[in-house]
Amino acid sequence: MRELRIHGRGGQGSVTAAELIAVAAFEGGVFAQAFPAFGVERRGAPVQAFVRFDDKIIRKRSQVYEPDYIIVQDSTLIKDVNVFQGVKKGGIVIVNTEKVPDYKVPEGVKLITIDATSIALKAIGLPITNTSLMGAFAAASGEIKFSALENALNHRFPKELAIKNIEAARQAYDKIKGAA
Amino acid sequence: MREITEGSHAVADAVRLCRPQVIAAYPITPQTHIVEALADMVANCQLDAEYITVENELSALSACIGASAAGSRTYSATTSQGLALMFEVCFNAAGMRLPIVMSIANRALGAPLSIWNDQQDSISLRDSGWLQFYAEDNQEATDLHYLAYRVAEDHSVLLPAFVCFDGFILSHTYEPIDMLSQEDIDRFLPKFTPYERLDAADPISFGMYATPDYYLEFKYEMDRALKESKAIIHKAGKEFGQMFGRDYSAMVEGYRLEDADTAIVALGSICGTTKDAIDEMRDEGKKVGLLKIRVFRPFPTEDVAKALSHVQRVAVLDKNISLGAKGAVALEVKDALYSSGIPVKDYIIGLGGRDVRKRDIKAIVALVEKGQGDMFYGLRKEVL
Repeated sequence: MRELRIHGRGGQGSVTAAELIAVAAFEGGVFAQAFPAFGVERRGAPVQAFVRFDDKIIRKRSQVYEPDYIIVQDSTLIKDVNVFQGVKKGGIVIVNTEKVPDYKVPEGVKLITIDATSIALKAIGLPITNTSLMGAFAAASGEIKFSALENALNHRFPKELAIKNIEAARQAYDKIKGAA
Repeated sequence: MREITEGSHAVADAVRLCRPQVIAAYPITPQTHIVEALADMVANCQLDAEYITVENELSALSACIGASAAGSRTYSATTSQGLALMFEVCFNAAGMRLPIVMSIANRALGAPLSIWNDQQDSISLRDSGWLQFYAEDNQEATDLHYLAYRVAEDHSVLLPAFVCFDGFILSHTYEPIDMLSQEDIDRFLPKFTPYERLDAADPISFGMYATPDYYLEFKYEMDRALKESKAIIHKAGKEFGQMFGRDYSAMVEGYRLEDADTAIVALGSICGTTKDAIDEMRDEGKKVGLLKIRVFRPFPTEDVAKALSHVQRVAVLDKNISLGAKGAVALEVKDALYSSGIPVKDYIIGLGGRDVRKRDIKAIVALVEKGQGDMFYGLRKEVL
């Protein structure tokens, strides 16, 4: 079983990202489970969302403590929340930031930074970074195919919004693929 | 067809397939997505039902009572404080023998305010005369709605039913589900035929004044119907299994229990994590098994006693607490095992959304092996 933990703030679409990643993974033929952990229900409050991937039915319901993958939607969370806690050796951490990191991920863990906010502002016109980071996750992890992500976005959003979000996801996907 | 969807949306779809004629509900976290989806279906003509918007949960269930007494298949959904507000009319719905089905997205009761999961809400209505089904996963959460209508509307039962599934842990979880078709459900669930109904041309009354000469007998009949519903659940659950491959004939379900020395008893979504923990303990040579309780009312006392007759000790996980006594499930299990002498220990766990992990299940097994229990598990002593 592989596990993903997404850290964001209320309103940034972390829960939607987890859901759509699970939908895309399911299209790829694996069992997937996505669920949120709300703190307080309001915009700006720290939120976590989780995804599990497995070849067999997933029964476990507890939160994700030892993730293989971590996505951080908002790098300002890093000083408030121990977002890297429990990440497995060989794991991948994706942080949305335009800055050079002044923090360290645990040893043996790969850190990928991407300026998802700029990508989102250009492609969507809003600083909503979840879809860009889904693209980055697809490229970095190989857990989901980009085409499956595209289908999930088309299914979830009205046409115009889907096109913009797919564009954001593609730019992030290409950037990470190009860097690899 | 297998698809991946959110628990609440899957439940709303299952309810649509049951063809309810009247829906009355008031939105409350974490039940909201169910009733939003159903309201959409009615507005988009995907479901031919009357959707009554109401000012609160007391009105929601009251509207359902009227609609059900008039002969409609009727549905509502709520949780926590919403169910608490329905307390009065819950007893009315059962006493008037109205087979309303209501989804409960289980959530803790305030105060203090908590939007997170435990099972205090539905458990607190255990004495009301409603059947209570508990789902381990979203597949079961959908299937139990078909079963609930089928059993509740049976003329030898005629009692309302809760279908309970853990708030957030199931209601907000995306996972693969095998959704049945309208054709499938039409074969399993016949049209609702009321035993009696309100009819202006042939007037009768429901829920009238009962003097002390009659009240006791009314309660006896309700209790008898609830106990006799066990046979109806068995028959309907078996038929469901024959039709669709998932057999719900048993009110309890063992997991690696046949040769177990230590049995864990639980209801709801905690059973999934427990099964994973049991597999790991089995790999370490520990003979541990699970008895999952799918139906809490009527309580399957005989089935529990039989399933646990060979074990040396029992640990009950209770996501509720009858304050001043014990967890409600433990009280029932102790009753079932009273004459056997098998020790039963209770663990109050996961209240107000406290996460339950595999390591917690293993720690509880270690405690019960030492004879320690009847306790709140995982207390943070530093905040007491």
